[in-house]
Amino acid sequence: MKYESQKVAKLYFIGAMTLFALQIVFGLLGAVLYVNPTGLPDFLPFSVVRMIHTNALVVWLLMGFFGATYFLLPEETESELYSPFLAKLQFWLFFGAAGAAVVGYLFGYYDGRSYLEQPLIIKLGIVVVALMFLFNCSMTLLRGRKTVISNILLLGLWGVALFFLFSFYLPANVILDKMFWWWVVHLWVEGVWEVVMASILAFLVIKLTGVDREIVEKWLYVIIGLALFTGILGTGHHYYWIGTPGYWQWIGSVFSALEVAPFFAMVIFCFMMVWRGGRDHPNKAALLWTLGCAVTAFFGAGVWGFLHTLAPINYYSHGTQVTAAHGHLAFYGAYAMINLAMITYAMPQLFNRAPYNQLLNMWSFWITTSGVAFMTFTLTFAGIVQTHLQGMLGMSYMEVQDQLGLFYWMRLGAGGVTAAGVVLFILSILLPMGASTASSSARPRPAE
Amino acid sequence: MSERLTKSAARNIFFGGTIFFFVIFVALVAQSVNYAIVNGAVPSESAAHGKRIWERHACFDCHTLFGEGARFAPELGQVWLRYGGADDPDGARDRLKDWIKAQPSRVEGRHQMPHFDLSDKDLDDLVDFLRYTSGINTQNWPPKAKG
Repeated sequence: MKYESQKVAKLYFIGAMTLFALQIVFGLLGAVLYVNPTGLPDFLPFSVVRMIHTNALVVWLLMGFFGATYFLLPEETESELYSPFLAKLQFWLFFGAAGAAVVGYLFGYYDGRSYLEQPLIIKLGIVVVALMFLFNCSMTLLRGRKTVISNILLLGLWGVALFFLFSFYLPANVILDKMFWWWVVHLWVEGVWEVVMASILAFLVIKLTGVDREIVEKWLYVIIGLALFTGILGTGHHYYWIGTPGYWQWIGSVFSALEVAPFFAMVIFCFMMVWRGGRDHPNKAALLWTLGCAVTAFFGAGVWGFLHTLAPINYYSHGTQVTAAHGHLAFYGAYAMINLAMITYAMPQLFNRAPYNQLLNMWSFWITTSGVAFMTFTLTFAGIVQTHLQGMLGMSYMEVQDQLGLFYWMRLGAGGVTAAGVVLFILSILLPMGASTASSSARPRPAE
Repeated sequence: MSERLTKSAARNIFFGGTIFFFVIFVALVAQSVNYAIVNGAVPSESAAHGKRIWERHACFDCHTLFGEGARFAPELGQVWLRYGGADDPDGARDRLKDWIKAQPSRVEGRHQMPHFDLSDKDLDDLVDFLRYTSGINTQNWPPKAKG
């Protein structure tokens, strides 16, 4: 860490981990309601539990992206941030808005659409936060060195803000409503978020492997090209059954089937660069998360997405737990893990305690990833049974739910394992575990 | 990666391709918007208000509508037809309203729907919204009528 202003990232990473913990707590509560529907008090119905679970997820991922940007931008642009003060102010405004939203949800203050339940005032606050962030970063970029990574990262983040504006459009026409809801949700997670993710991945790969920047940047263009060429028209896979014309079944099937390509390219890219790179970076845990991110994103977003994206299959699987299975592994692999990789890489530097004991962090990687993977398997089986009984045999929703109890119990167990892994992760980052082991101190220092 | 692909070529392909695909996407969406304006026209003020009730009470955080939302409770896109709205609209309306008012059931082991404080007009508007959604052409989805 060379620049003083990079330190604001610490605030964002701690905020992100706090909301990550909140997300997991409410995920567990939701899983409890699936196995014991009368088990929680009336002020915690499934709807409120789910909205806190999903909103906390989205906000901690965004907070992680903000932190990652503030951390890498000074190194990329070779200049201090335009205004560290504005960055801190932005954090507290965002964190305060998130806290207010959660408390409001518990008292019934919500309005809108799935994932976008924030009351209007909170949505406006999010826009202000985004503008503060983009102003600060764009000014930093304008006066510093312009690398491909920083340019593409900022391009993606501007896109994130731009597409969020569609959350304000709430037409009474239910077809239009659904079409443009996806302009936020799909064009985020299967569009501009992938651009952000690939940029952070490229930064980590340069730092961890020492491979020449020229090669990494070329790969970055190829990956984000594949992501957007397939992802933009891939939006069509959400336009099958919502009242839109039938041609979307062809467009959505063809292009979203190809959405696996950028994730496959990320796996090849990461492993090739590690294989080629000569650097023996001491932060092995960060490398583990980086490689794990590419692999898990490939399975979660790529393979599990492809599983139910073709229109003739989706006709039966749509609206079942198959979607939930895909959602969990995709979000974890692509977006949670890229943030956890960045946090693992940056936090020892921000705390000025590198190299540190990474054993606990690596354990948290395997435990959390196994937990989410098993959760995905149980939900996939539940979804396939549900698809068969409901979509093929025509049983009613409630009758089918009675058949899925075993899967929901196993999902709750997997959630418990995931939660244990997350606790270990947070401890491994925050606890002062210095270079107590011989293995970490014996390794050579990195070149930068 | 092949040495023949230079960085500037990769950059040009990225920007050119992204603009190309985005323009096609916007054109198709524009066509679909015109289609949606006709095929999804809201029949009444009350149905539009019913949609606001749906949004303000986050019904989608348990139910799906055209398969979208949470999967904790049944699909409601065609609930109007399941309740017999096609043949007996008045009866279907009463049965739907009574169902909503009777929640939560507190039956052990059964997914619970919260109690919502809705006026009779709000309930009527919500039912009008669900009646409206049941008329949308969803390409024959869901595959079976039972939700």
